Amino acid sequence: MARTISVEVVYRGIFQKTLAKNICRGIVLAARKEGKVGIAFGRYGDSPERNGIPAKQFAIVAPDEEELQLSMAQYEPAETDVTIALDDTLCKGVESWAWYGLQPINEKIRENGTLIVTSTLPAEELIAFCHRKSYPYRLALIKGIPSFSGLWVYKDDHTDVRVLGALPKVCPDLVGLDAMLAGIKDEWKDELKVASARRSFDQVAIRTVQPGEGNPEAPYKFEMPGWTKMREGVTIEGIRLGEPVKFGDLIGGYRPARNPYFKKYTTRTMRPVIDFDKCIKCTLCWLQCPDSCFDVTPDGYYDMNAEACCGCGVCEAVCPVDGCITMVNEVAFSDNKSQWEMWKKDKDAYRTWVAQKIGARPERSHGFRYKGQYEEQVARVGVGAGAGEGGEG
Amino acid sequence: MDAETTTAVRVAASEQEALISGSEAVAVASKLADVDVITAYPIRPYDTMMQYVAKQIANGEQDAEYIVADSEHSQFEIAKHACAVGARALCGSSGVGWCYAFEAIAVTPALRLPLLAMVGNRALDDPGAFGTEHNDALAARDLGWMHVWVDTAQEALDTTLIAYRVAEDRRVFLPCAISTDGAFLTHSQSLVKIPPKAWVDEFLPRYDRGDLTFHPDNPITIAPQVNEDWLMEIRRQTDQAMRNARGVIEEAYRDFRRIFGRDYGNPFFEEYYTDDAEIVLTGMGTLSMPVKVVVRKLRAEGQKVGFVRIRWFRPFDYERLGALLSRFAAVGVIDRDFSMGSPFNSGVLANEIRAALYGQDRHPPVVSFIAGLGGREVTIPNVKEMIELTRRAAEEGKAPRDTYWIGVRA
Repeated sequence: MARTISVEVVYRGIFQKTLAKNICRGIVLAARKEGKVGIAFGRYGDSPERNGIPAKQFAIVAPDEEELQLSMAQYEPAETDVTIALDDTLCKGVESWAWYGLQPINEKIRENGTLIVTSTLPAEELIAFCHRKSYPYRLALIKGIPSFSGLWVYKDDHTDVRVLGALPKVCPDLVGLDAMLAGIKDEWKDELKVASARRSFDQVAIRTVQPGEGNPEAPYKFEMPGWTKMREGVTIEGIRLGEPVKFGDLIGGYRPARNPYFKKYTTRTMRPVIDFDKCIKCTLCWLQCPDSCFDVTPDGYYDMNAEACCGCGVCEAVCPVDGCITMVNEVAFSDNKSQWEMWKKDKDAYRTWVAQKIGARPERSHGFRYKGQYEEQVARVGVGAGAGEGGEG
Repeated sequence: MDAETTTAVRVAASEQEALISGSEAVAVASKLADVDVITAYPIRPYDTMMQYVAKQIANGEQDAEYIVADSEHSQFEIAKHACAVGARALCGSSGVGWCYAFEAIAVTPALRLPLLAMVGNRALDDPGAFGTEHNDALAARDLGWMHVWVDTAQEALDTTLIAYRVAEDRRVFLPCAISTDGAFLTHSQSLVKIPPKAWVDEFLPRYDRGDLTFHPDNPITIAPQVNEDWLMEIRRQTDQAMRNARGVIEEAYRDFRRIFGRDYGNPFFEEYYTDDAEIVLTGMGTLSMPVKVVVRKLRAEGQKVGFVRIRWFRPFDYERLGALLSRFAAVGVIDRDFSMGSPFNSGVLANEIRAALYGQDRHPPVVSFIAGLGGREVTIPNVKEMIELTRRAAEEGKAPRDTYWIGVRA
């Protein structure tokens, strides 16, 4: 290898921090087995991490110390050979503390580089989420439920070594399989983990994504002003009062003004689906939403604004009506349109839509929703349990 | 290192490699140096050091009194007092946390307490920024603290050991701040060689305060009330200690090289492609990384450029540095700090270097740059721009009368 290889790990803040760290350390330590040098670091501006907010860590491997210097005082590499999305909903794009606007998940991937995603979705559905690129890249799918855990616990479902095991397949220039397995054995001292990595190497499915394939939307971004144009005294304009909601002839209610520079919705892994036929206008969702993401409609309903909602699920928890608000996996949606407007336009069509969206039980939230959920998911999906189903160790 | 200088200890053991950050390297050094008292109060990016110390203690690898104080002020006071009773002590902070400890910081040198502090360099709030900027440590530049800047995690580990050796030398007995750039050193893990304890034991003698030890067996009073009748003499003593530190630093690096086999060359500043250089850039900390990349690239194109990385800022090796820099056709100084209203509206380092050159026969133009504030990346194009501006000054034979802000949005 004569060049520096950059790997980016995009993950859900806090829930996947340890997972991302394990992967980046694993890469550098494995590459060391081949005599290469490397660094592992988190993107500094992402921290302090908040629940679910997209964050990044990096592993950079170089043939020698001099080659590595270019990367040693940088926050992000200019381009990546491999980008790893540890949660499939991140394929919709990333807003983070360290970025202004929406960054496509494949923004940094170089031509013929690889996006690795852990997901149970088919490749076509993931590609539909990812923003289009002008050149070809590859999608490598590691079949499995995105691995979420908490601040103080780590769910050791072998996602770390399954990702590591796939790397020698998708990017042999980074590290070979033998070195990777030796590195994993050294770091974890667990033959089962070595077996999981090897199987992932054999099973990872790779396909090329052609230029023009994917989400055609232009990601929103902002220009930052220069020092001669900024207000002095580290002051910024306050958020103004909101305005009435307008829909056809209906004008009324209230839509609060929101920060246009940080929309938050890429934090979301689930979104509330509201059955307006069941709503009793009790106000609780609107009152309790920590992000004021409900607009008051002219007819007195509460419409979740999908650009502001970060999917915490408080509305579902406080709603007193059975089945009125249901959190649904974010992968089931392809836009941020108003549910209330959809309901106003065609109530029958809306009812069909709601039934379709909530028909499948939500597969993930911030933590588990009921006892036995994880076992059910594993049984249904048939993968992702790692050690649990390992027969080779 | 030649065979004659190899010690028996060095042959008997070897270094282990670990993937750790610069902060973690300081924590590992504190374990190797058997530090007795470690005081802590969290602020990023320094907190990565205290977390690793806590981890080492929890894992049973390190034996130290670990005191998490109620504030940086108490943190530095406690560590200072620990030094007074003869304990080897470590503390640290960042940005405004370091500033909050300033009362303790200001009095430590006069009391001749060899306290070590890791400064995870951070911009001073407001606004709440946490990227690297050197004004936090530099705020204490004139007080009698020794200041050293490192640019790799390996150097952070090695320099911590060296700094204990220097600070605890009876000829010095001064506190020392080890500056590590926030993010690039504190939050980035790289491969670091961990020396065996036996080498460290050979290098670092026990901390012995002698007759200055605050102990019932040695009844003394520390810091009784004085005024104009005593203070100048006290200041002159501290000044003498700082002068002495120059020679002690040389000794320590010589011994470090003998025992550990790592040669840092001139302890005070690192010379990079300076031998036949026509122009050079200078600076401190991790901005060395992009600068070295550009220097190598331009060298490959036949351009005679070099780089001088200032390591020890206090004591400042003004004689040798001045002599070196006076050789070049122009000197560009990159400050990752500011000193508003100072001569030429420069940063701190540029005016130190102008002063160092004043005593020399040749006075090449000094071009001053402010770059990378708040942790903004110093990019390859930034470095090329600074080299170009320095080259222009060399051709014109005179320096601009002001400072260039590099990489700022206008």
